[in-house]
Amino acid sequence: MVARGLTKRFGELTAVDAIDFDVHTGEVFGFLGPNGAGKTSTMRMIGAVSPLTGGTLQVLDRDPATDGAEIRARLGVVPQENTVDEELSVTDNLYIYGRYFGMPRAQVRRRIPELLEFAQLTDRADDKVTVLSGGMKRRLVIARALINTPSMVLLDEPTTGLDPQARHLVWDRLHELTRQGVTLLLTTHYMDEAEQLCDRLVVMSDATIVAEGSPRELIATYAGREVLEVRFPPGHRYAGWTGLDGIGSRREVLADRVIIYGDDAEQLTSAVTHSGVEVASMLVRRASLEDVFLRLTGRRLIE
Amino acid sequence: MLTGQLIAAVTTRGSGASRVIERDLLVTRNNLMVFVSGFVEPVFYLFAIDVGLGRLVGDVTGPDGGPVSYAAFAAPALLAASAMNGAVYESTFGIFFKMRWGKLYDAMLATPLTPTDVALGEIGWSQLRGLAYACAFMTVMVVMGLVASPWAVLAIPAAILMGFAFGAVGMAVATFMRSWVDLDMVNLALLPLFLFSATFYPLDVYPRSLQMLTQLSPLYHGVALIRSLTLGTIGPGLLLHVAFLAAMAVVGGIVASRRLHEQLLP
Amino acid sequence: MTGALRVLEGQLVAYRRTWRGSVITTFINPVLFLSAMGLGLGSLVDRGARLGSLSYLAFYASGLLAAQAMQTGVGDAAFPVMAGFKWSKTYHTALATPIAIRDLVFGHATFILLRVTLAAVAFALVAAIFGAFAVTAALTAVPVVVLCGLAYALPVMAFTASREHESALIAVFRFGLVPMFLLSGTFFPLDQLPGWLQAMATLVPLWHAIELVRALTLDAASALPWAAHVGYLTLWLVVGALLAPRMFRRRLVA
Repeated sequence: MVARGLTKRFGELTAVDAIDFDVHTGEVFGFLGPNGAGKTSTMRMIGAVSPLTGGTLQVLDRDPATDGAEIRARLGVVPQENTVDEELSVTDNLYIYGRYFGMPRAQVRRRIPELLEFAQLTDRADDKVTVLSGGMKRRLVIARALINTPSMVLLDEPTTGLDPQARHLVWDRLHELTRQGVTLLLTTHYMDEAEQLCDRLVVMSDATIVAEGSPRELIATYAGREVLEVRFPPGHRYAGWTGLDGIGSRREVLADRVIIYGDDAEQLTSAVTHSGVEVASMLVRRASLEDVFLRLTGRRLIE
Repeated sequence: MLTGQLIAAVTTRGSGASRVIERDLLVTRNNLMVFVSGFVEPVFYLFAIDVGLGRLVGDVTGPDGGPVSYAAFAAPALLAASAMNGAVYESTFGIFFKMRWGKLYDAMLATPLTPTDVALGEIGWSQLRGLAYACAFMTVMVVMGLVASPWAVLAIPAAILMGFAFGAVGMAVATFMRSWVDLDMVNLALLPLFLFSATFYPLDVYPRSLQMLTQLSPLYHGVALIRSLTLGTIGPGLLLHVAFLAAMAVVGGIVASRRLHEQLLP
Repeated sequence: MTGALRVLEGQLVAYRRTWRGSVITTFINPVLFLSAMGLGLGSLVDRGARLGSLSYLAFYASGLLAAQAMQTGVGDAAFPVMAGFKWSKTYHTALATPIAIRDLVFGHATFILLRVTLAAVAFALVAAIFGAFAVTAALTAVPVVVLCGLAYALPVMAFTASREHESALIAVFRFGLVPMFLLSGTFFPLDQLPGWLQAMATLVPLWHAIELVRALTLDAASALPWAAHVGYLTLWLVVGALLAPRMFRRRLVA
C-alpha cells in the first residue's frame, strides 16, 4: 500500500494533511496519535469508503476511487464503533456479512464455526448480539472482518474500552492473524498496544505524520535508552524552576513530574541528587513509546 | 459489447441489492409474528367499513357518477392509504433508525456493497412487503365482494407504484432529518393526506376550493387510480394519476440517492 | 410519593424538548378528524338519518373523545416504557438513585394522566367549537375519559414490563388496540355487529367509557347503571396498578 500526499478535508477542516507512507505485505502497521489527529479519516480512505480530497493512494495495488468494491472485497474492517446488527444472532451476523461479500451460502456456513472458534464465541452462537458483553461484541466484529479471508485487515482502535483480559485476548487473536501472513493496519492511542503489535508505525498529530519507524527505532531516536521520572513533595511544582537544567539529554516537564531522558540512569539519578532540588521520589525505567508520544504530541496535552 | 456491459452492471447491482434484501428477510424471520400480524389489520378495517360505516352511509357516488356501495368505495382507498403508510414509515422511520442508530449501513459499506446496492435493496424489500400486503388486502376485498371488475388485478401494480413514489420521497425526507422529533412532522403531514384525499367520501362533499387543493394531494392520485381499477371505471384520465405518481418516484429517487451518497460516504 | 414526583419531573423535563410538536397535534388532530369524519363523512351519514335525530358529528365526537384517551394511554405505556428498560435505560439510571420502583410506575402513570387530561380537554373544546355538544357537558366527561386512559395505561405498562421484545407491543396494537378502536362503538352503533361480537365488545373497557361519555354529553341512556361502567373501568385500573410494580420489579431487580 502506497500513500503520497494523502489529504482529506471536510469543508474548512483539514483532517489529514498531505501524508506519505508505505505499508508492506504481511507487516503490522500502526497509526499512533491522540484523538482527532486524523487516524480514522486515514483508515476510512484506505477502506475505500471515503473519497480522497488530494494526493494518491494505492491499496492492494488498486485505486480506491475506481476500484472501491474490488478493494473492499479483499479487506477486513473493524470500525471504531461495533457496527453489529442488533436484530440478528451471533451466527446470523457472521452469515449475512459473508453474504454481503457475495460468498456462496455453503461457503459462509463452513466458515462460521472456524470464526466462532477463533473469537471464542462458539457457545454464544445462537445468542442475540444485544446480550453480549463489550469484549464479546468486539471479538465478534473482529471475527466478522475475517469472513472473506481478507489479505489486509483495518482495525480502528481495536481494544478501546475493553478490560485487560479482553485486550490480551484480542491481541492474541491478532498475533495469530499475522502468523497467517495477513497485513494488519491499526490505529490506537495505547502505547502498550502499539509496542505489543506493530512492526512499524507512524505517529500522527494535527493531521500530519510527525515520526515513522519501528517502535525500537522511534524510542532510540526520540527518547533515548533510559528514563528517570522525578516527583516532588506535595505543593511543590517544578514549573518555572531551572534546578534540573542540563541534566540528561532532554527533559519533559509534566503537570506532576519531570521526565529526564538519557543513556545512563545512574548518572541521571546522581545528577538530580546533587542538584539540590527537593525531590519526593525518583523512578528509573526503560524508555517506552509513551515517551516518544509525549515528546511528539505531549506539549499540547498539558496545555 | 455495450449491452453486455450493461447487463453485467445490472446483474451485479441486482445481486448486491438482493443481499441487502436477504438481511431484511433474516430479520423478518426472527420477528415473523409482526410480519404476519400485518395481514390481520386490513381485515379489521374492512370489516368495520362493511358492517359499520357501510350500513350507516348506504350508497355513494362512484367515480363514473353512478352509485356504489360505501364499502366498495372506501376499501380501495384503504388499500392506497396502507401502501402510502407502509412505504413512508419504512423509508423514514426505518431508514433513519438504521442509518443513525444502528450504524447498519456503515457495516454494509465496508464490504463490496455500494450505496446504490443498499438503496436498491431497501427499496426492493419495502416493495416486496408492500406486494405481500397488497395481495392479502385484495384477497380480502374479493372474498367480501368489494371488487367489481377484473381490472382490479392492476390495483396491485398500482399499489407498488405508490410504494415507489412515497418510498422515494420519504427516503429523500429522511436524509434531511436530524432527530426523532423531526419524525413527528412526518406524522403531522400524513394525517391530513389520509383524511382529505377523497379517502372516506367522494370529492363532491368538499367545497369547490378544497376540491382543487385535494387534487394536489399525492394520496388522492393513488386513491383515485386504485378505486377506478377495483370498480372498473377505466378511462384515459387514469394515466394522469400514473404520471403524477411516476414523477414523484423519479424526483424523490434522484434527491434521495444524491443525499444518501453524500451522507454515507463523507 | 415524592419519588414519584421526581420521576414525573424527569418526564416533564424531557417533554420540554418535544412539547411543541405534541401540543400542536393535541389540538390539530381533533380538528382534522372532526372535520374529515364528523363533518365530511357525517354529511353522508346524516343524509340517510340512520342515527335518528342524532348527528353523526356528535355521535363520532363523543366516541372519539374516549377512544383517543385509550390510544394515548396505550401509546405512552408501551414504547416509552420499553425504552426505559431497553433503549435509553432511564429506569436503570433512576434506580441507581433513591428512586423506588413504585415511584417509576406511579410517576410515569401521573405523566400519562396529565397527557390524557390535556388531550381530553383540548378535544372537548374543539368538539364544542364544532358544535358536537355543549362545552360544559364535554368537560364533565373529562374525568371519565381520564379514567379510561389510565384503565388502559396501567395494565399495558405491566404487560410491557413483562416482555423482552417490542414485537409483543406491535401485537398489542394490531390485535388489541385496532379492533377495540374500530368495533367498540366509536364509529357506528354496536347493534350493527353480530350478536357474539356485541357480547365481546361489552368486555372492552373502551365500550364502557363510550357509554358513559355519550350519557354525559348526548343525554343518551347508558346500557348499564353508571356505577357498573365506572366500576368496570376502575377494576382494570386497580389490577394494572397492582401488577405494574411487580412486573417492573421482576424486570429491573431479578
